[in-house]
Amino acid sequence: MTQLALVIDLNTCVGCHACVTSCKEWNTSGTAGPMVDRNPYAAEPTGTFFNRVQSFEVGSFPNTQTVHFPKSCLHCEDPPCVPVCPTGASYKRPEDGVVLVDYDKCIGCEYCSWACPYGAREIDEQQKVMKKCTLCVDRIYDQSLPEQERKPVCVLSCPTSARIYGDIHDPESEASKAINDAGGYQLMPEWGTEPANHYLPRRKVKITVHQEDLQRADNPLRKEDRGPRAPSTRTTLDDSTSW
Amino acid sequence: MKPALSVIFLTTLIGAGQGLYLAYYSAEWFVMLNILPAAQVDYSGYAAGLSFLLLLTGLLASFFHLGHPERAWRAAAMWRTSWLSREVIALPAAMLLILVYALLKMSGNDCLVFMLGENIPISIATLAGFGAVLAVCALFVCTAMIYACLKFLRQWHSPLTVFNFILMGCASGFTLATAISTFARDGRFDYFSGMAVFLTLSALIFRYASLSRNKRLRGPPTLQSAIGVHHPNIRQLSQGAMGGSFNTRAFIHTYGVSVLRLARRGFLLMGFIVPVILLQFSAEASVLFFAIAFASQYLGLLAERWYFFIEAEHPQNVYYQMIS
Ligand code: SF4
Ligand code: SF4
Repeated sequence: MTQLALVIDLNTCVGCHACVTSCKEWNTSGTAGPMVDRNPYAAEPTGTFFNRVQSFEVGSFPNTQTVHFPKSCLHCEDPPCVPVCPTGASYKRPEDGVVLVDYDKCIGCEYCSWACPYGAREIDEQQKVMKKCTLCVDRIYDQSLPEQERKPVCVLSCPTSARIYGDIHDPESEASKAINDAGGYQLMPEWGTEPANHYLPRRKVKITVHQEDLQRADNPLRKEDRGPRAPSTRTTLDDSTSW
Repeated sequence: MKPALSVIFLTTLIGAGQGLYLAYYSAEWFVMLNILPAAQVDYSGYAAGLSFLLLLTGLLASFFHLGHPERAWRAAAMWRTSWLSREVIALPAAMLLILVYALLKMSGNDCLVFMLGENIPISIATLAGFGAVLAVCALFVCTAMIYACLKFLRQWHSPLTVFNFILMGCASGFTLATAISTFARDGRFDYFSGMAVFLTLSALIFRYASLSRNKRLRGPPTLQSAIGVHHPNIRQLSQGAMGGSFNTRAFIHTYGVSVLRLARRGFLLMGFIVPVILLQFSAEASVLFFAIAFASQYLGLLAERWYFFIEAEHPQNVYYQMIS
């Protein structure tokens, strides 16, 4: 069974909000749109977003790190938001594990948002229906897009490639490998919701540079030995003039 | 959680309506079994009619909670998994059966179906009424389970929630029945007022139990497990939105401790203590006392339901440690 998901690398996320804005752009003009924007240029801008980036300071000064934390629906494998929905508007697709809301069925009762412990669902104040990350279902299967663009738009827009998209049930996928190799984890695992989205922890990135790495000692084509041209021993114009 | 006004009215109104219906229907059985004297004027039809109106008002109030009330009928679809959906079925079912019972009783067009034993006549109204009792009980469970089944809202996720909804609904219903019976002088006063006192005191005990349970709950999820960074010292710098979001508006209340304390004491006093004292008056006392008892209890239960929402702490609030 397929379970599509995002793997978000907290080690590389720089908190630039490119995923937030590209998500809003794609989805407000797509099937999930329009998404409310109240006072977009005024003092208290607010609206519907599927994805938000929060920032945390970890440690105590001066030994702190800033962790940027992108937050969206985690497409839980055992989603508590789905069984509580009285209309069946919220559902988890068996074929790819994406959790979706049918905006034509939703009555806007907000019950599902009470049930989601992550606060991943938002009522759209204009359309009065529940909205949340769709994992860009209207993109990832779009045959008219070139194959490499059939990914959630946040993944494509991330300048540091902090977002990896793939099937976490396929051990060969890039997403599964990232989870396995880099210690991917789930949020609030104690609730048993089995979030499909995973996060990759901060890691120490430290490289020891050896002289032979710089010299490329084992490279037969190395150019280091030649060095710059030796200085000339003949008299030059500089030796005889002072200007 | 931010209290949802329409839901507060829904649950308290239908609670009182269900309790009132149970009071009068049970009294009718006691009359048939010769435990209570028969009344000259039978008010059970009118009482059931009033109960229907309470349920109807509750239903109307609930529509204000929905973004798309015109699609409310869709909510009956997922009764296999959703308690909300089950409530959406149980409420109209109870209303319909109570209405049938009320109309048969009020019009006097009831007809006998069979005799139970020697001298218990079972009429169509009795049968419809019995169906209504089942629907009312189911409705109590469904309404309470909507809250009790949410395991992440730890303050609600307890059998106490179900007991409280049933006891408070029945208590306010029996208090209302006491007022009606004082007015009607139908000889059911002692039964109603006695039960009202008993139910109100039981409700008080159970509500108190849930208050003290909620004081000692295991803490909400920690920021460490919420973002998966295991460091004791984490401070939020930004919440990802400037002018707030649905998350901050729907789940985080901003009432201070003193308001909460006032609400808690207020509902314990108005919802439980005052009615129990007023219910001590005898059947000869003015109907006004019992009307005030019900009014006080109803207002108290409104405050109780408001507090019930405030009490519940949504785990998502952990992501909103500060507003920036
Ligand atoms: S993160 Fe919340 S909305 Fe998304 S699937 Fe899980 S419970 Fe449902
Ligand atoms: S708000 Fe919509 S999706 Fe959520 S539970 Fe209600 S009907 Fe279902």
